Amino acid sequence: MEAAVPARAQGYVACVALLAVLCVLPLHATRTPWWALALLAALYAACEHAVRRRFGGTFYPVLLAGAFLLPPAAAALVPLPAALLAHVEHRPVLPRRVWRAAQPVLAVWAAAQVHWALGGRDAVVAHAFPYALVPAGAAVLAFCVVLTALDGGVLVAAERVPARRAWRGLLSRSLAPVAVHGLAGLMMAVLWRSRYGPVSALLVLLPMCVSCWVFAQYHRERAAHQATIRALVQAVDIKDGYTRGHSERVGRASVLIARELGLDDERVEVLRFAGILHDVGKLGVPTRLLRKDGPLTPEERRIIELHPEYGHEMVRGISFLGEARAAILHHHERLDGSGYPYGLAGGQIPECARVVAVADAFDAMTSTRSYSRARPVEAAVRELERCAGTHFDPRMVTALVRALRRHGWHPAVTADDAPHTVPAQQRAAGRRSGAHR
Amino acid sequence: MTALRLIHACAALTAAVCLALTLWTGIDDPGVALAFGVLIAVGELTRWSGTGARRTAPLGTAGSLSYALLGPDAGHPTGHGAAQVVTVVLAASLLGGVPHIWCGRTPTLDHLARRVLTAGFAAVCFQPLFNRGAFRSWDGPAYALLLVALLVLTALCDAVLAAALAHSRTRWRFGPLLRDELRGLLGIGSAVCATGAVMALAVAVAGLWALPVFCLPLLLTQLSVRRYAAVRATYRQTIASLARATEVAGCTPTGHARRVATLSRAVGRDLGLSRPELTVLEYAALMHDIGQLSLVDPVPAGATATLPREAQRRIALLGGAVVRQTGVDAAVATVVERQADPYAEQPLAARIVRAVNAYEEKARDAGPEGPLMALEELRLATAGDYAPEVVESLARVLSQALSDPARDG
Repeated sequence: MEAAVPARAQGYVACVALLAVLCVLPLHATRTPWWALALLAALYAACEHAVRRRFGGTFYPVLLAGAFLLPPAAAALVPLPAALLAHVEHRPVLPRRVWRAAQPVLAVWAAAQVHWALGGRDAVVAHAFPYALVPAGAAVLAFCVVLTALDGGVLVAAERVPARRAWRGLLSRSLAPVAVHGLAGLMMAVLWRSRYGPVSALLVLLPMCVSCWVFAQYHRERAAHQATIRALVQAVDIKDGYTRGHSERVGRASVLIARELGLDDERVEVLRFAGILHDVGKLGVPTRLLRKDGPLTPEERRIIELHPEYGHEMVRGISFLGEARAAILHHHERLDGSGYPYGLAGGQIPECARVVAVADAFDAMTSTRSYSRARPVEAAVRELERCAGTHFDPRMVTALVRALRRHGWHPAVTADDAPHTVPAQQRAAGRRSGAHR
Repeated sequence: MTALRLIHACAALTAAVCLALTLWTGIDDPGVALAFGVLIAVGELTRWSGTGARRTAPLGTAGSLSYALLGPDAGHPTGHGAAQVVTVVLAASLLGGVPHIWCGRTPTLDHLARRVLTAGFAAVCFQPLFNRGAFRSWDGPAYALLLVALLVLTALCDAVLAAALAHSRTRWRFGPLLRDELRGLLGIGSAVCATGAVMALAVAVAGLWALPVFCLPLLLTQLSVRRYAAVRATYRQTIASLARATEVAGCTPTGHARRVATLSRAVGRDLGLSRPELTVLEYAALMHDIGQLSLVDPVPAGATATLPREAQRRIALLGGAVVRQTGVDAAVATVVERQADPYAEQPLAARIVRAVNAYEEKARDAGPEGPLMALEELRLATAGDYAPEVVESLARVLSQALSDPARDG
């Protein structure tokens, strides 16, 4: 949602809120165990506060335990305090707060209704396993369906996402984690109604919290890992100012080609890394040569041509890169065998290296270098097609051309997107050290 | 090695006595025993072998603890005693370990000994009293709290046991090892204990159906832990590659960063750093020379320890700026930045990196007398540059490595 909320989004949120109020209304007619409701609501607010603030996830076991324990109208109240107390980061605050309160209210109400209708309450009280799993499973399904339906609806109303894309895959993605949370919720409800009381039910939450915590740690570590890969590239950028953003762009072009060739997602990801890291061996080439203006002597050229081997030597130990390591070693081979470092020809060159070679040449032609100005995309494509078969694999060239026709080329995305201040300092520091010599 | 022998002997004795008792008396409630045995065996099957993960089989541990603390089954009291608990845990753990041995992984007896002793401890505390009806008055929430208290006690004993085993295997200091084990209890250890208690209570209420229902959440935790360990491993490889950048660039001799990291870790361990602090120290040691990449002209042989102080600090600051971009913990960048400061102003990790780096540079090409002469130089220079306690610790670590070259310091 942008700052100015479209009228239909406001209408949609209002409708959902109205439905939520209708769900809660029959409360006065049912016998509500108020202390259980209050305890569950407080528990959910505490968990949500801790989990969302620290780990950025959602935490359903308490909600589902509420749906398994309380009558529908009362269960629907469990998520309310958490939503009203939670901090809303983005404006506009009011519609967001209403939305965050109304959506889980409706979902929990639906789950409790299904559970109630199938006789789940008696099964929970009597610990009638395995039958208790049936109403619980149906309730989890209802919970998921309502959540995803409402989520898709808000995407359509507020962000004008086409309806089919909004709902595609939402349900299948959320069903498995919610089902696991549902099992924990069921166990919590059973223990809550047992003679050991709510104290034992609280114990169920501990493993779930730890699971969330480990999951958040995993995501943090993965983000840090990707930043480190970028840092490898930035280390090259420090030495060779003219290639700023080149690595990122070659990564993007390699992904374009790989998708066009219909490779599976894992190999596409590996090719992205291959493209990003292809020039990492330039770290081993003296900075003076990389920054030299004017023609290189044959001796200097030989030194620069060592960079694929340096790069391979560096990333040799990173096991997840897989065949990207071969791409880094062979991205300057040519189809007719006139390339370096090994002079491989044709099918001897690994497929991923042929992809990166085309992506590299394309970006080198369409960006400004010390020795040449940027050429337009059409000219670069003509040049690639001219060299296809001698330098480049024609299959890769055609794939790139097709991908460019379909998606266009938007080279604005560069490494400059990264936080700006530190590189600037570094460049200044690099210059200072240059002045010192 | 005596503590190790003692623990193994205790475990073997316990196992033998329990096995004999069980064979003598026969098995009570074979259905329950079978269900828990299958759970423990499955937990053992899904065990991963990694050096970083402390709890190698959370599901198996939780299963054996809950069997040790199992009172009633769906309302009917069970009659199994402590000896039967140990027997079932032992048999299931061995069975679950068979495929691992089949695949050629060498099993260690340590975790089996720990498992037998902790399960035995919990069972001895609980089962005789329960079977005699001592807990009949403890019904309701008090019973749940009693189980939790017993589990906390068991977990503490297990931590001491694990630290003692690690101490006698590696000869690292006992205090920091115990502290690390206790800190581990707060994370996945607490999840294992809570699951053990919940399973025992849930089986008491709902019968054996509770086992598969509650296994799944813990399996999820186990999966997350495994993925976390995997991404940590690749992360470490990437950091090591970044550290090799200076070697490929010809700034530093091959293997320098790795040697400094290994030695720094050993010194840090000797000085009693905790596990997260050791990780920061290792990453900082791996990347301590990264600032040299920003120099247009490389330092001869990458030897920064002999440069004028100003140049050292400039390289350190440049390195810190690179490390800040890598997304590693900011503490690593701080250590790299401050490695060239006088030791009085440095954090401990930076003191270690500085002293170890200087030792490595001085000792590597100096022939057989090199290490001793380098240490002597560091000792003489401690007035301002190198912290005396770090140099002494370095000397200890080196003499240990010399007297016992087979062990990885």
